[in-house]
Amino acid sequence: MGKQRVKFTFDENMVKQPVIYELGQKFKIATNIRRAEMSEEVGWVILELEGDEPEIQRGLEWVSTTGVRVDPLGGDVIDG
Amino acid sequence: MISRLIWAFVPAILGQEEPTAVAFVNGLKCRECGREYPADPLNVCDFCFGPLEVVYDYATISEVVSQDSIAKGPLSIWRYKDLLPAEGDDPVDIMAGFTPLIKARGLGKTLGLNNLYIKNDSVNPSFSFKDRVVSVAATKALEFGYETIACASTGNLACSVAAHCARAGVRAVVFIPSDLERGKIIGAAIYNPILVSVDGTYDQVNRLCSELADDYPWAFVNINMRPYYAEGSKTLGYEVAEQLGWRLPDHVVVPSASGAMFTKIWKGFNELACLGLLDGVPSSSFGIDQNTVHHPAVTTRMHMQQAMGCSPIATAWNNNQTQVIPVRPDSIAKSLAIGNPADGIYAIKVIERSGGSAYAVPESDIVEGIKLLAETEGIFTETAGGVTVSGLKHLAESGAIKPDELTVVYITGNGLKTQEAVEHVVHPLSIKPTIGSFESVFEGAK
Repeated sequence: MGKQRVKFTFDENMVKQPVIYELGQKFKIATNIRRAEMSEEVGWVILELEGDEPEIQRGLEWVSTTGVRVDPLGGDVIDG
Repeated sequence: MISRLIWAFVPAILGQEEPTAVAFVNGLKCRECGREYPADPLNVCDFCFGPLEVVYDYATISEVVSQDSIAKGPLSIWRYKDLLPAEGDDPVDIMAGFTPLIKARGLGKTLGLNNLYIKNDSVNPSFSFKDRVVSVAATKALEFGYETIACASTGNLACSVAAHCARAGVRAVVFIPSDLERGKIIGAAIYNPILVSVDGTYDQVNRLCSELADDYPWAFVNINMRPYYAEGSKTLGYEVAEQLGWRLPDHVVVPSASGAMFTKIWKGFNELACLGLLDGVPSSSFGIDQNTVHHPAVTTRMHMQQAMGCSPIATAWNNNQTQVIPVRPDSIAKSLAIGNPADGIYAIKVIERSGGSAYAVPESDIVEGIKLLAETEGIFTETAGGVTVSGLKHLAESGAIKPDELTVVYITGNGLKTQEAVEHVVHPLSIKPTIGSFESVFEGAK
């Protein structure tokens, strides 16, 4: 079992979609929301995912295909 | 929480050896929920996953630091060691900082600014401001006992980490996207780090390094060392104040990627004010939250510049958004190409508090900015500097900066690293080795 901390960003097309619910339904992943801010146009959720690491990777790849942006926790680490 | 300073003095109290200088750090604190942590290699809060910031023992710092004590220090960032979160007696130091602050007469005349200064940080040892943050992070990493220092970088950081590791005699592992400018790849490789060129996008390198940081016992300067690393940028604020005779400018113009440097310059100004280190400004309390303190004597307007191809913070500010929406970078200013800026929302608060601004510089203006600085001041900056100078030009032309206001523009990287961007400027007069050939061509060129 592994854990991964990620940030999902939803644009206005995705902000009403139950992506986190579906992530838990489609994959054997426990989703644990720690912090979030949502509005009608945009939103982000910081959460911890727990499950087998390959399953987490498959789950994150699926989330990316929905149009939700997936980033590591804390923003980009790529730096100048 | 027990101050590390107290522990540092215990041997002296017991009549043992003299205490060594210890950073005046009480610990770390979550910027979102306020939970406190020891000063360990951590960067996020376990509870809410918010970013952690260093908490200082300012009461003790105020007893030891003064304009005189700073003036007696080395000509590097370590003259401000009492205000940095790492021990300053034996730092990993390649002499970062104390770079020139130059009265910009040529550029100022062109832009109609009579009181313009350039903070030329492109002359740091590895040719960018990154030497400031890496010197602090590397020193802290060795304090923690790490034997490998790593980073994910678009170039400047890779060069600086590799250089500091060479100096310290420890292993460097630097991850870069494979499409980086040649000057930056060579500028890092020359120090003989383990250079990992990732065949992938910035996003993919980003994700890879975040995962590696969990699995490898390495000090990633911009991940698990980030609270300490970011504090190094405060020295950009300290130095400008000291070089101006312990006063603050009316305006500063700063390039921005993650937003961290921007917020730390502001923090540096406010620390100096609260500690009574500015001329004519009495010391005052830091209040409840050290990281959001705004001393009334700090009236500097903070102006952020981003490249249009990656301007999530400027876009959020100019559209009155409460959130910074990530973007996919598409800019020639690769050192500013952070699509999901970690400190974006905090940078916006600084713009708001300071009465500043944010501007997205059109991509087509970046090279013009590089050339303008070179032709008026003799300073060759990289694409990030082109963004900054073009942003300054916009501020001057729009009247946001008045002609006689004291303004400092930060130039943070050297042009030799991004020569590809300005290759088109090379138009030599080609002649035969004779005076006649020269004169015929020279007459035509006049």
